[in-house]
Amino acid sequence: MKTRTRWDAVCEVSDLIPDSGIAVWTEDGPVALFYLPDRLPALFAISHTDPFSGSNVLARGITGDLNGEPVVASPLYKQHFSLRSGECLEDPSVQVPVYRVLLDGDRVRLEISVARSEVAA
Amino acid sequence: MSKKNLIVIGNGMVGHHFLEQFAASPAARDFEIRVFGEEKHLAYDRVHLSEYFTGSTHADLAMGTPDWYAESGIVLHLGEPVTGIDRDTRTVTTPEGSYTYDELVLATGSYPFVPPIEGREHPACFVYRTLEDLDAIRASAQGGETGVVVGGGLLGLEAANALKSLGLNAHVVEFAPRLMPVQLDDDGGAVLRQKIEELGVQVHTEKATTTIVEGEETRLRMNFSDDSHLDTDLIVFSAGIRPQDTLARQCGLDIGERGGIVVDNRCTTSDPHIHAIGECALWNGRIFGLVAPGYTMARTLAAALNNDEEAAFTGADMSTKLKLLGVDVGSIGDAHGQTPGARNIRYNDEQAGHYRRMVVSGDGKKLLGAIMVGDNHYYDTLLQYALNGIDLPDHAESLILPASQGGAPSLGPDALPDTASICSCHNVTKVDICGALDSGCTDLGGVKAETRASTGCGGCAALLKNVVDSELEKRGVEVNTDICEHFPYSRQELFHLVKVNGIRTFRGLIRQYGKGHGCDICKPAVGSILATCWNDHILATDHVPLQDTNDTFLANMQKNGTYSIVPRVPGGEITPDKLIVLGEVARDYNLYTKITGGQRVDLFGATLSQLPEIWEKLIAAGFETGHAYGKSLRTVKSCVGSTWCRYGVQDSVGMAIFLENRYKGLRSPHKIKMAVSGCTRECAEAQSKDIGVIATDKGWNLYVCGNGGMRPRHADLFATDLTDEELVRTIDRVLMFYVRTADRLQRTSVWMENLEGGLDYLKDVVLEDSLGIGAELEEHMEDIVGTYQCEWKTAVEDPEKRKRFREFVNAPEKTDPVQQWTTERNQRRPVAESS
Repeated sequence: MKTRTRWDAVCEVSDLIPDSGIAVWTEDGPVALFYLPDRLPALFAISHTDPFSGSNVLARGITGDLNGEPVVASPLYKQHFSLRSGECLEDPSVQVPVYRVLLDGDRVRLEISVARSEVAA
Repeated sequence: MSKKNLIVIGNGMVGHHFLEQFAASPAARDFEIRVFGEEKHLAYDRVHLSEYFTGSTHADLAMGTPDWYAESGIVLHLGEPVTGIDRDTRTVTTPEGSYTYDELVLATGSYPFVPPIEGREHPACFVYRTLEDLDAIRASAQGGETGVVVGGGLLGLEAANALKSLGLNAHVVEFAPRLMPVQLDDDGGAVLRQKIEELGVQVHTEKATTTIVEGEETRLRMNFSDDSHLDTDLIVFSAGIRPQDTLARQCGLDIGERGGIVVDNRCTTSDPHIHAIGECALWNGRIFGLVAPGYTMARTLAAALNNDEEAAFTGADMSTKLKLLGVDVGSIGDAHGQTPGARNIRYNDEQAGHYRRMVVSGDGKKLLGAIMVGDNHYYDTLLQYALNGIDLPDHAESLILPASQGGAPSLGPDALPDTASICSCHNVTKVDICGALDSGCTDLGGVKAETRASTGCGGCAALLKNVVDSELEKRGVEVNTDICEHFPYSRQELFHLVKVNGIRTFRGLIRQYGKGHGCDICKPAVGSILATCWNDHILATDHVPLQDTNDTFLANMQKNGTYSIVPRVPGGEITPDKLIVLGEVARDYNLYTKITGGQRVDLFGATLSQLPEIWEKLIAAGFETGHAYGKSLRTVKSCVGSTWCRYGVQDSVGMAIFLENRYKGLRSPHKIKMAVSGCTRECAEAQSKDIGVIATDKGWNLYVCGNGGMRPRHADLFATDLTDEELVRTIDRVLMFYVRTADRLQRTSVWMENLEGGLDYLKDVVLEDSLGIGAELEEHMEDIVGTYQCEWKTAVEDPEKRKRFREFVNAPEKTDPVQQWTTERNQRRPVAESS
């Protein structure tokens, strides 16, 4: 089956919080958006779901970098996830989905794969 | 096979230590163990007996707990003296019954020697040995003005200190020409005398008491052989100890000429099934009147009963270091230079009251003994030279010269042999410490917990720290106090940088002093430091990204991503109306409700987007945030106090509310818990808190640095009978010093244990203002108290801050699909995980 993607507008720039995360709802499930103004690119998007607890909390973690890699720490059990690859630094066998993200004027767009949702529809 | 019977007679420090050692050994499985104690109290720390007069209770001094005995399967017979031993039937008899033994341990200790002076039976004459003795002395001191101690030895001076702390004019009467004749020489004795007379204790040497008669103005008069006399209201005899060997004599065991139960190297008496340890035992013609040799005997016997062929008691080092009436006194090895050919090096500063003497071998290479009065800084190094036979350096005199005279720095830990004893109370050697480090301990606190080093008298604290640091370094564990990879500084150093340079944002700090973008270690730590220094709202834009989610959303995240809410209930006092509001809010939002251990109410299961509405309702009813999410003051627990309780002596609820309102919102390295009890029954459990306050009939006793949790720790008594103002000022200083100097996530107990000098140092800083920062600490606390704001209120009132509480910013109506609920005991709770 061919996978198509779509760039969905999920929020405005004014919704972002510098050096921190927010959560948005997409057809692919909840996604955490991080805005790190000191980096280039400054926007990162990974799944909002913490794979260790199954709860939707990653956007509420503390951001930072470890050995230069941009990361967020899960607010529940404190594992670090790379904002670029989604890989868990403490347990590389665990990975969370990552999304491409871009700025379109004042709008923030996420690349969402829609094949599944179209089939479901 | 049925178990054999082991009976221990005597439940003092040594008897208890034996039980601790034996109960943990394999042989314990083969025995039913019984212990008989004459006193009704469980074994307690006699070394620190005088603290009983400054606020310590039996519980503070106790060596173990009834629970420990029960868990170890040891049957306790307290207040049940053994009256006879029958060696043929191997039976001991008490007023309650008789019990057979296979092995019998005598740990009967000693009794105070009272010289045969006419009149010594007067009711105002006492000895100084048990808690009952102290109770009697305290009762007799009421209404008296003067107290005399007969005996100027170590215990006598302790007793004099006790009389002084009861408010009496204290005198010491000594038969010998100087104080502490066993440990000190004439010059040392003279310096000690001068020092303690300056403290208001009068010393009379070369006095032999002939009679004690009724006094004219006072209760008693002591007449001396030189026809002089001394008027006093009570007398405490502390003229030495005698081994308590009565039972052993009665059953025909070998007894020394001057008393003492004769034992061999395995602490066994002339009967192979009877053993003796501690002050009742006579080894090689000697009685050991200190606790450390008693402990060594206890360990030897425990090993011997485990058939350890090598277990042997081979004598003990009688070196002592102590603070008597606040004066340092130390005595090591052959202090009097009795070794043939020994030579002396002396330093005597009468001006400062410092005296030190080294006894060195004839060839000048080894240290045989030493005496010091006035300053014990030299003790640890000298002891290591003497105990381990380390060659003295050239210019050995530098070891006792003051630092300003080119005195040598302390002996480096590397120079110590592996067998060097670091902590003599718990027999911890350098090898043991290395072993603890190799098995995973990574810091001083860990080594202390693992080996128990420095948890006895505490005299080895500085030496232990040096050894640990040096060994860590050797293992390539750089003793790295950097907080994380972004800052090459400890939390304390960061605190100074922020404060001194007036830095107000994380970004400013990391640009100037760090690298990279920060992480979940340094960001909250810096957030806490900034809050302590400047007390801005923690959700100010610059600070939001620094906070853990709990601080960001002012609630505690639970495992399913929802939050719990804990409003502040100062002192646990709440009006019915406010309680009803809590109930209504919980009902309306279907929140699981539970009473916390800190005397408040926790409401679970609120979603992120519900939080601001819930707070609006709570704020309207007069609630504030309880900071249950923060590294900050949690609660001040209280009992109902003198307002209602027939035992209460102060208004504990009022004080708890005052303290909670004063320190709420203070950001700290870790959470802080407090409690206030209205009387000594201690219903608020204040001694398990960081700050514990217990009412006395004169004011408040302050305890510090306790905690519950994984490693519970009793708080230490810090100051007694404080007024309200003194109490608050003291707490201000302790807390602010903690906030400024602790590492991140370091509770007060670990912080204090890691301070070089520990509790005494903390007392110096806070009570004596030894660093001259007392006023600054108080001022800083005033600032923080003055700029308190309820974080909820500020958050709810600001639309920008409220925006943060949207669960999904693009779908306000969407509820989190993973949150699944069920009902249990009539309340909603998350569905258990399927795994």
